[in-house]
Amino acid sequence: MSETQPILECRNLCISYTTRSGEVPAVVDFNLKVMPGQGIGLVGESGCGKSTVALAIMQYLGSNGYIKSGEILFKGRDMREMSEEELRSIRGSRIAMIYQEPMASLNPSMKIGEQLMEVPLYHEDINREEAAQRSFEMLEAVKLPDPTRIMGAYPHQLSGGQQQRVVIAMALLSKPDLLLLDEPTTALDVTVERGIVDLINEISAEFGTSMIYISHNLGLILDTCDRVTVMYSGEAVEEGTVQRVFTHMRHPYTHGLFATIPLPGTDKNERPLVPIPGQLPLPHERPQGCYFGPRCAFFEDGVCNGDHVPMSTVAEAEGHYVRCARYADVNWEDHDHEAVATKSVKSGKTVLQVEKLKKYYEVEEDPFMAMLSGSEARQVKANEDLSFIAREAETVAIVGESGCGKSTLAKVLMGLEEATSGRVILNGKELGKTDVRSREAETVNSLQMVFQNPFDTLNPSHTIGSQIGRVIKKFGIETDKNKIREKVGELLDIVKLPREFANRRPRQLSGGQKQRVGIARAFAGNPSVVIADEPVSALDVSVQAAVTGLLTEIQNELKTTLIFISHDLSVVRYLSDRVVVMYLGHIVEQGETEQVFAPPYHPYTEALLSAVPIADPEVQQKHIVLEGDIPSSVNPPSGCPFHTRCPRKIGRICETDVPPVKTMEAGHKIACHLEDDVLNGMEPVITMPDDAGEAPQNAEVG
Amino acid sequence: MTDLANKPYPPAPGFLKTLISSLSLLRESPIAIAGFVLIFGWILLALLAPILPLYDPNIPLEPFKFPGAAAKDGGTYWLGTDHKGRDILSRIIFGAQQVLVWATLATAVAYVVGMAMGVVAGYLGGWWDEAISFIANVLLSFPVMVLYIVIVSYMGATGLNIVLAVTFASAPGIMRIVRGLVLDLKTRDYVFAAQTRGESTLYIMLIELLPNARGPLIVDASLRLGYTTITIAMLGYLGLGLPPPDPDWGKMISEAQPLGSFAGYMAIAPAVAISSLVLGFNLLADGLREISMKD
Amino acid sequence: MLVLAAKRLFSMILIMVTVSFILFALFESDKFSVAGKVLGPYSSTEQREIWLEKNGYNEPFLERYLTWSLNAVQGDFGDSIQLKAPVADVLWPRLGNTAILAGLVFAFMIPLSLTLGVIAGMKEGSVRDRSISITSVLTTSVPEFASATFLSAVFVYSLKWLPGTSAMINGFSWAEIALPVMVLVLYGFGYIARMTRASMVEVMTSNYIRTAILKGIPYRRVILRHALRNALIAPFTVIVLQMNWLLSGVIVVEVFFAYKGFGKLLLDAALFGDIYVIEACTLVAVFVAVFSQFISDIGYTLLNPRIRFS
Repeated sequence: MSETQPILECRNLCISYTTRSGEVPAVVDFNLKVMPGQGIGLVGESGCGKSTVALAIMQYLGSNGYIKSGEILFKGRDMREMSEEELRSIRGSRIAMIYQEPMASLNPSMKIGEQLMEVPLYHEDINREEAAQRSFEMLEAVKLPDPTRIMGAYPHQLSGGQQQRVVIAMALLSKPDLLLLDEPTTALDVTVERGIVDLINEISAEFGTSMIYISHNLGLILDTCDRVTVMYSGEAVEEGTVQRVFTHMRHPYTHGLFATIPLPGTDKNERPLVPIPGQLPLPHERPQGCYFGPRCAFFEDGVCNGDHVPMSTVAEAEGHYVRCARYADVNWEDHDHEAVATKSVKSGKTVLQVEKLKKYYEVEEDPFMAMLSGSEARQVKANEDLSFIAREAETVAIVGESGCGKSTLAKVLMGLEEATSGRVILNGKELGKTDVRSREAETVNSLQMVFQNPFDTLNPSHTIGSQIGRVIKKFGIETDKNKIREKVGELLDIVKLPREFANRRPRQLSGGQKQRVGIARAFAGNPSVVIADEPVSALDVSVQAAVTGLLTEIQNELKTTLIFISHDLSVVRYLSDRVVVMYLGHIVEQGETEQVFAPPYHPYTEALLSAVPIADPEVQQKHIVLEGDIPSSVNPPSGCPFHTRCPRKIGRICETDVPPVKTMEAGHKIACHLEDDVLNGMEPVITMPDDAGEAPQNAEVG
Repeated sequence: MTDLANKPYPPAPGFLKTLISSLSLLRESPIAIAGFVLIFGWILLALLAPILPLYDPNIPLEPFKFPGAAAKDGGTYWLGTDHKGRDILSRIIFGAQQVLVWATLATAVAYVVGMAMGVVAGYLGGWWDEAISFIANVLLSFPVMVLYIVIVSYMGATGLNIVLAVTFASAPGIMRIVRGLVLDLKTRDYVFAAQTRGESTLYIMLIELLPNARGPLIVDASLRLGYTTITIAMLGYLGLGLPPPDPDWGKMISEAQPLGSFAGYMAIAPAVAISSLVLGFNLLADGLREISMKD
Repeated sequence: MLVLAAKRLFSMILIMVTVSFILFALFESDKFSVAGKVLGPYSSTEQREIWLEKNGYNEPFLERYLTWSLNAVQGDFGDSIQLKAPVADVLWPRLGNTAILAGLVFAFMIPLSLTLGVIAGMKEGSVRDRSISITSVLTTSVPEFASATFLSAVFVYSLKWLPGTSAMINGFSWAEIALPVMVLVLYGFGYIARMTRASMVEVMTSNYIRTAILKGIPYRRVILRHALRNALIAPFTVIVLQMNWLLSGVIVVEVFFAYKGFGKLLLDAALFGDIYVIEACTLVAVFVAVFSQFISDIGYTLLNPRIRFS
């Protein structure tokens, strides 16, 4: 392979942005070589510069970004020396890009067909009919149903998954040599993501296209790439084949990264995730020497904070590079992660009981027009017949993709929405129909929530201290001004934030810090149940680990019941004692975590499990790809909600009858028409290597 | 975990310090500074009017003196005198007092009404929204000047009626902006958080929602002050403005207009005065918008 | 789409009814003051009583409103007190004159402001952008009667190129209409230009423009085919809603230049207390404003496929 010319090569690339505070280096000393047919993964947390690299390759850095030094060679020619016209002829034709947000990437007022046809029309000598024909074929190639309809549709008429397929089709139309994929599935649901990832893999095999795949998700990189470059704070810290890096990583940051993601085998009590201490440095605050130095357990004065650390080849493996001054000194086998195993707390009496809860919404219509026309408003059946319980000190996870009704459930529990029917019983008190404002202070106090989005969980206009203080005052925990301040300080201690943060405003905090304040606020009144709605999904993985760790720690200490709402099965498996799986407003399966993650499965759970990318090459995973997209909850399918996509559908009965809830073994319930022996005969989706349970992924074996 | 305990955090900075640090934000935009200087200049002149060496604005001295002409008493008519012999410079400066006071008052009242309407319509929604939006739509369906003419001709031209007319004309626009902002803000998690701890509707509107709408509203207020300035002068020009004899920039122009062929300076001075004040407000608004975009 | 049009039409009618009712209540609920205005301050109580009886003012209020509004719909607004002639006879020619003025203003202002806005917004922060932005702030800061003063000083009194009044005694004259049009364009173009610029800037930084550029299509096509259409959706509504502003601005300009338009008619009526003319002018003005709002809503829907097909 080394004889052939690389498709793309970045040599000592440095990219900077000019801002008010001067030059900000975004990417430093970056090298990359893409050979024909190769898939290269670029992985790192937000702000590490991975997207900047992609835009630099496209020569599209905006008005304030520029390539400071180094070169980007496309088939041996430096792209920086090309004219506008030359660049134009390469863009979209030889190098094509696929973006993170498919909806925003398509022109909203132009038909899909027209947008597709532009590519061949402007890159090849071709007439409109041929261009239309080519576009049509490409839509078929990306497995979109009914290409004729899609050609004539506007972007907003397609679902997110379909839009992304259109973007992929657009990128492939001119059979490019290189495909840049910038987080192409981040905005999509897991089961939809799986379909896109499979499509990308097929394409790269079929067309022999080289790929640069940018992602924060290590599991996806494992599924799609040959080689991987791990980036940290603007520079590559480790590079090698995916197999090698995922099993024999040498950089402390890569190690830290793997220790923060929940893999099958991690357990919150016995084998907790290990967060990376500290924070990603801002570009102008990068330390001397190794950028990771201040967060590294192996930091050595004089070695790590001297000159800039160069990339070095790992002695025992060709093609494996690491940017660490001490990589040879560190013995990973003897290294003991600092995370301390905590004792698991026995779950106690039932605290929260939900019985046959239903929530229907009227579709928002102008009340005035509705009155005039007298027409009956359409209904969204957000929650259908939900029943489950949660015990003291237990973590119950509610899992599902978009539109499954999990957030509605949270709102009903919190009293922000009124249940259509059914009961919610908290500590023996019925509260299904009472609005939060008519609940007793004690009830309100004992049921609190941690919100999803760190960027608007806190009111930007008020200081942290005043926001936590308000809760303390409102719940009547303290009334004296000084005592409130004291209590605020204590709460900040508990969530491991410095007390000075009380005077800060939310914009001065990072995402993880804001979530900590959100947790402090929720736990201020020592509630018996806390609902956490995707509390970590917007955070970087290393921060996720710290926040989930904090949550379980406080929960254990206070014996709080945690209702953990999430779409991320890995986190759920790691964190929860029991799992409730939802699809389109229905509970399709529930049980102890081990029961749900092992056969028998509901077919949806089975598909969900097989769709989750797992960043461990030693884990075997069955691949089940679901057809199509999640149906809209305004117009849900009749019978079993999952029948439109179910690979195990048995026949008419699935379309007509709501499936019965079968109890498989103690507490494990599945709502499905499949016969018991079929369910019991299912094979596990995820198979661990022989020494499963030992889970070697944190320890160096070689 | 407890090594920091019992050490209370320092108290928050005071109001003055916050004010100074907000003002220092202006440094980031030369346009905002230019606007601020213009406005501040006019405010200063208006405040200092009583102690500046000026002629009485309403006393006839010598008619039709050109700008810079020497006065009988040895002084100078820097901007000349009008057809009744009143000193134009002094009429401009005392006119600034009038326009600044009434424009600020009218805009402030319009803001109180408009914000209240907007936050109620946006946060409560449903029939509240329908009713308030309908009132706003009815008021907005009048061309602004027509609305002023109807109101002022119905109720008479006094300062307070002008305030009322400006409120009628501006509050619906403010209501729409606030309503739009609130519709967005009320879906934020911190509002849910306040709801889930059982806060009252009033608390949520005043403490959780409105403070976060201030950015766009400050920009809008600056623009609106400029527009109200125009309105007051325009009403004065049309003969529907503040009652005489106190100087009014708009009226000065209308008085000067028939004399344009030989005393053009009479109209130029108030026209420049109005334009520069409005320009100040518009520049400030532009600069503030620029600063808020950068954040 | 049809549902939407019907909905808008309905709310338009509702607003017209409300506005007319308010006007009627404002000016005619006190029938004695109406009689006083019509017959003059020196008329006797008896005369007023007779007049009220003769003109049906002793009917119940709602009935009077109904008759009045039905007449208004048919174009009968009663007789002007000041001019002693049917209001309609005065109003329509005046409205025609204003329409000519407004049409000319739009004809110059829209191409000018859209072009400037698009050029400025194509590249945010460029020299062209900055100079266009500053110019438009400057011009929107000078109210019509101030710019009329400045322009008159230059073109009427110094250069003596144009007449200072536009009464059009000898029929339509381009020279006489030039200044009113200039004043209105000067004040109005900045606003549309700035809206267009903002919209264009937003579009140019959008992800789909990035897609278009990175697709490798020529820059001209990116601007003309991808950016313009999306960038002009927002200004479209602004332009139509400028009707509302124009009807305001027109009053001042017509007064300044003694142009015989609808605005001057309204102001004269207001100063005289000619309630029937005030009512008629206000109704017509509100109708034009509401109707342009209707057009703007429909047009926005047509331009924006996201709303059209949902």
